Amino acid sequence: MTRQPVHFYQVGSFAVGNRLLSSDDRTVQSQRERTNSIDSGHRACQGCGEALGARYALDAAMRATNGHVVAVNATGCLEVFSTPYPETSWRIPWLHSLFGNAPAVATGVAAALRVKGKSDVRVVAQAGDGGTVDIGFGALSGMFERNDDVLFICYDNEGYMNTGVQRSAATPPAARTATTDAVGPEPGNVFGTGKDLPRIAMAHDIPYVATATVADLHDLERKVERAMEIRGARYLHVLVPCPLGWGSASNDTIHIARLAKESGLFPVFEAENGTVTSVSTIRRRVPVEQYLSLQRRYGHLFGKSPRPDIVARIQAIADNNIARYGLVDDATESMEVNT
Amino acid sequence: MDTPFAITLGVGTSRANHTGSWRVERPVYVDRLPPCNNACPAGENIQGWLYEAESGNYEAAWRTLVEENPLPAIMGRVCFHPCETACNRVQVDEAVGINAVERFLGDLAIEKGWRLPASGPDTGKRILVVGAGPAGLSATYHLRRLGHHVRLVDSAERLGGMMRYGIPAYRLPRATLDAEIDRIVAMNVEVVLNHVVHDIEEERVAGNFDAVFLAVGAQLGKRVNIPAGDSSKVIDAVTFLHQVAHDDPPLLGRRVVVYGGGDTAFDAARTARRLGATDAVIVYRRNRERMGASGEEVEQALGEGVSVRWLSTVNRFEGEHIVLEKMRLNDEGFPEPTGEFEELDADALVLALGQDTDLSLLEHANDVTVHDGAVSVLPSMMAGASGIFAGGDAVLADRTATVAVGHGKRAAHGIDDFVMGREPTEKQRHELATFDRLNTWYYADAPRTRRPELERIRRQTNFEEVIGGLSEENALFEARRCLSCGNCFECDNCFGVCPDNAVIKLGAGERYEFDYDFCKGCGICVKECPCGAIEMVPERI
Repeated sequence: MTRQPVHFYQVGSFAVGNRLLSSDDRTVQSQRERTNSIDSGHRACQGCGEALGARYALDAAMRATNGHVVAVNATGCLEVFSTPYPETSWRIPWLHSLFGNAPAVATGVAAALRVKGKSDVRVVAQAGDGGTVDIGFGALSGMFERNDDVLFICYDNEGYMNTGVQRSAATPPAARTATTDAVGPEPGNVFGTGKDLPRIAMAHDIPYVATATVADLHDLERKVERAMEIRGARYLHVLVPCPLGWGSASNDTIHIARLAKESGLFPVFEAENGTVTSVSTIRRRVPVEQYLSLQRRYGHLFGKSPRPDIVARIQAIADNNIARYGLVDDATESMEVNT
Repeated sequence: MDTPFAITLGVGTSRANHTGSWRVERPVYVDRLPPCNNACPAGENIQGWLYEAESGNYEAAWRTLVEENPLPAIMGRVCFHPCETACNRVQVDEAVGINAVERFLGDLAIEKGWRLPASGPDTGKRILVVGAGPAGLSATYHLRRLGHHVRLVDSAERLGGMMRYGIPAYRLPRATLDAEIDRIVAMNVEVVLNHVVHDIEEERVAGNFDAVFLAVGAQLGKRVNIPAGDSSKVIDAVTFLHQVAHDDPPLLGRRVVVYGGGDTAFDAARTARRLGATDAVIVYRRNRERMGASGEEVEQALGEGVSVRWLSTVNRFEGEHIVLEKMRLNDEGFPEPTGEFEELDADALVLALGQDTDLSLLEHANDVTVHDGAVSVLPSMMAGASGIFAGGDAVLADRTATVAVGHGKRAAHGIDDFVMGREPTEKQRHELATFDRLNTWYYADAPRTRRPELERIRRQTNFEEVIGGLSEENALFEARRCLSCGNCFECDNCFGVCPDNAVIKLGAGERYEFDYDFCKGCGICVKECPCGAIEMVPERI
């Protein structure tokens, strides 16, 4: 599938909607009829990226399936802030069991629907990065390996935010969390080998793997739609900035997600059957410093005793991503400082 | 309560939880003043008419335009478009071609025969407008819309003032001029031509007028004393252009020197080229950076073979030679003579050193103050408490057609307040939509469309229009380049980016509303609004 960037009009081409577009060409989020899968009144923090990402993804899945979606949720922020007993924010069938078993529960739901002959009802499982890369990892790998008909969405906010910002295996190097203090010669989280779940998912050769951010809605919705066209195990990894855990301004959520992509730190791509089929190239390249300096979890790299050496190591990660996925067109080679 | 085993509460929606109480700041929708509107001397709502044009609704766009300015086809040709200089898009790629779109709309209106809005209900008030240039015509239009009777008098045999007798036809074709003037006259205007007003008070009493708008322009070319031989042909640019407009061009010969650095100097030089001058040389005492003429006009003139002697003054005109003195700029940037001279072959010298206003008609208007050859006016354009208003080149301001149109409008509203016995009101202006309030990420890159220029070689010999218009496709493209600074264009961004679904979309043309029951005040909508039409204000606790 070829990817056409949204260039409909000179005014607001990249915006959520455009009054001059036909309704078929508009995003799900631009329409008053959208499901609002997760409703107002939820208790997510101000500017929560995960609440936004979940609505984006599930509303798109609802449109793609004519409203036939069952969602299974792992424990985590998303589950806690949406369902404080007896209230619920979910306007779709929604199931929560344990922290680690969401992929297995989703597999069970899919099997039950198959037995009942309801092939039009589709299953989406969702979890934060903790429930995906740490606690639910074994069950998820099994779900991939069996190629169960589930779209698993990970909303990655790079830590255990709900319980007080502890480190997860998705926490990036040098980031300060409650369990990786900014002390010593190598402050914050270690520079490990990382646990890159999109690539691990690809290694299972499942039909569809994609990454996205809350900063590019058109791209995210298109990927959900593509995923719903496919049967079998699918994996979508969405970067969702967390103002609380990252120490960023609540109004910067989308801006920071955009900088993660534009700096190369978070590669946005899609893969089918284990092979990368398309990448979202960088439009206005920025140095990682622009991304890092907006977040207090990296505050120890700047300020009075800055650590340019560590920033350089993080820049090397971004550069490596850019090389690995070919994120820079020749035309956008020049490093722009404006965002 | 009938609930399942071990369940004590019935399930409910989270909408019971009014998260709006968390908020310390609230987003509010605002309309900010776009820089183009702010810069327009005629006070046009440019962003407003571009918004209509973007959707291909050209008639609505034209109607929004003529709310303020009844001469779009003329403006689309002769205006020096300060709007484009102010345009925020300059900082993204290039300014929106506002002037070209304006001309497209103006031409389309003439082609389709769209009529100006109807005159207002008759007020019984009689207004005398002296001078039928851009200021007088604009005032006439707005006064008629307000329902006042207008007598429009002019000393020339046709309407248009300097637009007809000063601006050459290659910049403003006469058919266009006539079409837009006729549309105003058709609003039941009493026109009196070939009539010189000698005494404004006498004329006013005789005609029983409630107010007068004085828009006599600046018709007298300034003369300086340049020693010249008997056979040397010296003419001022105003007279020269007037004669050309009358189809009675003077014979200037092959080598024409124009003295001055304003737009009129360039009009005169380019006109001389078209009349057959092989050499048209402009002599100007300063350098290019300090010249009054618009950059565009200079570019076009140079392209047509007009040459310029910078930092020079005309010392004397002897037979077939003009003696120039070289100048240099001192530290303050003023030109000083150097004492070095050079000669220039010339058959004629055209003086374009500025224009004066003939204000002798004000002799008996005791309450009007004239200072430095210009009428002093209040912000309402009132010049005298007895109901004399003035505008255009007759008052101290930039002498352009667009400024004059703006004066005409302002004077019409000032006159309306005066004759209806109201206190003059100053309109409240919105805060400026500066570039830093925009989020330009959301705009695609799109360089501007160029208006086609006639082949240079053809242009030098005739008075055909130099700059062509935009095609519909290009006009639409150009209109859609507008960033809509400070004014919502319904991109749905706020509706889409709210993590709390606290933005209510009201539907096409109705914009949005915040649901303050659930808005937590995160401010993402403000940050991600492309055009800066939302702001955060502290919550009153």
